[in-house]
Amino acid sequence: MLNWLRRPKHGRISRRDMPAGLWVKCSRCGAAVYHKDLERNLKVCPKCGWHHRLGAEERLLITLDEHSFEEMDAEMASGDPLRFDGYREKLSEARANTGNADAAIVGVGSIEGRRAAVGALDFAFMGGSMGSVVGEKIARVAERALADRLPLVIFSASGGARMQEGALSLMQLVKTSAAVGRLHEAHLPYLSVMCDPTTGGVTASFAFLGDVIIAEPGALIGFAGRRVIEQTIRRKLPDSFQTAEFCLEHGLIDMVVPRPELRGVLARLLRFFGAPQVAAAPAAPAREAPQAPEAPGDPEVGCP
Amino acid sequence: MTRALPERDRAAEARAAEMETQIAGIQREIDALRRRGEKDRQDVAEQIRALEARGGELREAMLAIRTAWQAVAMARHPQRPKAQEFVRALLDEFTELHGDRLFRDDPAMLTGLGWFEGQPVVAVAPCKGKDTRENIACNFGMPYPEGYRKALRAMRLAEKFGYPVLSIVDTPAAFPGDAAEERGQAEAIARNIAEMTRLRVPVLVVITGEGGSGGALAIAVGDEVLMMEHAVYTVIPPEGCAAILWHDAGRAREAASALRLTAQEIAALGVVDEILPEPHGGAHLDPQAAIAAVREALRPRMQALPRLPVDELVRRRYAKYRSMGYYKE
Repeated sequence: MLNWLRRPKHGRISRRDMPAGLWVKCSRCGAAVYHKDLERNLKVCPKCGWHHRLGAEERLLITLDEHSFEEMDAEMASGDPLRFDGYREKLSEARANTGNADAAIVGVGSIEGRRAAVGALDFAFMGGSMGSVVGEKIARVAERALADRLPLVIFSASGGARMQEGALSLMQLVKTSAAVGRLHEAHLPYLSVMCDPTTGGVTASFAFLGDVIIAEPGALIGFAGRRVIEQTIRRKLPDSFQTAEFCLEHGLIDMVVPRPELRGVLARLLRFFGAPQVAAAPAAPAREAPQAPEAPGDPEVGCP
Repeated sequence: MTRALPERDRAAEARAAEMETQIAGIQREIDALRRRGEKDRQDVAEQIRALEARGGELREAMLAIRTAWQAVAMARHPQRPKAQEFVRALLDEFTELHGDRLFRDDPAMLTGLGWFEGQPVVAVAPCKGKDTRENIACNFGMPYPEGYRKALRAMRLAEKFGYPVLSIVDTPAAFPGDAAEERGQAEAIARNIAEMTRLRVPVLVVITGEGGSGGALAIAVGDEVLMMEHAVYTVIPPEGCAAILWHDAGRAREAASALRLTAQEIAALGVVDEILPEPHGGAHLDPQAAIAAVREALRPRMQALPRLPVDELVRRRYAKYRSMGYYKE
């Protein structure tokens, strides 16, 4: 079970040279920001609007109703199937730094009182890369959605497949795509949220298979790496290439939603698709987020 | 669940690297002798023959070790029979189909209809060329999203008529370009993978050369996946892996070994179902024999798979991929 009080140990916001951790420096615009303001603003820089990366726990913390999350398979951990030099060390380091066993947290929770199977990838854990554990957890949470007739919501933040597990990582693209594909046949909604960054094998599998695809502003989203593309086409690419906004313009995603509005948008979509309502009155998330506008009324309870 | 691979045989890898250095040295000596022979009008034929014999012995010895880098070179060999050659040789009355009906016809992806020993099948195959001119025409076998969408269109056609899909896979990667990204390369691959897991007809896949990551996987999800002896299957090209891990694409050889991309290792991981033997020294030395071996392997499967009830076929395919992975609980 997720500890709601546990403070994530990672994040891209530097506290170096800042007295007593009161002020932090935005890695994007360089502005000094009062730490509490940044936290209150869900790690969106109040000066430049940049959405700083969140760990998987932080993501669930700001999205789900407080104490609503029931984690699945928290202890599932990667082995070293290829005996790849340095992999075990990298895993230990990532476990120590994040406090998690691998790069995904999955389970069941609620958003504004609507129950959903939920998954979040953790970029801080080896770049959110998908090996056997991430693939298995995404498949299991999709199967849980199927079994309990729940909608599925997945937050992606990943560099792609985990090379240290070779072709087995590649096969996780099939496993996850097949599992979320089953929701389609069962008429259950799948909402995919792409956070910074979502690239490679994760885009080429479950992340791009959502019924509705949402991205956070400025998020890097793409299949091939910018450097590889620049070398191939022998041309420099603009800064706007492979951003969430670029994907929206090219018809690849449905919407770009600022983080403070995301919970409300997800809740509205869950209501629209008829996600089941929890019995008790929903608690607000542990950290404050703006509430969604009043709904015009619920279509029905229980997924179709 | 998948079993872990045994430790790499690093001693053998080192021996092979040493042999390769020796072979390169012998080749330099031969070239030098030739130049001297021409200049001084000496008879160097005897010396050259001896060196060539030594080089041949070393090559044979290396073949026995089967290094990953050798497999990469073999899979990328310009004279290796190409996927389109397999398709045209294996199928009678092959009729090519063009276009994805959405954007354009991608010359890097071949799709069409034909008969495999009396069984109607729909084939998909990326196209690589044998020289630069051919390769430019087919974008070095790297499809755009429209190539994958064209393949999906062909597979849906197969589904409509209950015909098996035959996919011959040999591609370095999905094309990494700005236009490919704009048109949704990731979505095209994801869509194909998801659709192939639930296609209601048998899907037979043969990896004949390079199984290059997601770009290959987008046409390589099947009930039975076969892999030729010297083909490779990898999550990232060895050059890319070396660049990320060690910031040095030059260490690709080392990365190739680490990625465990040879047919023997891929089969041991349970990712492919069977390894198809190649003519001694590689398929490029006898393409007809290589094609015949693929035909032999396909024949019983083309007969057996269509007899399975469709629900059972799809259930088995899901279960097969569902079980791939290595983790502790």
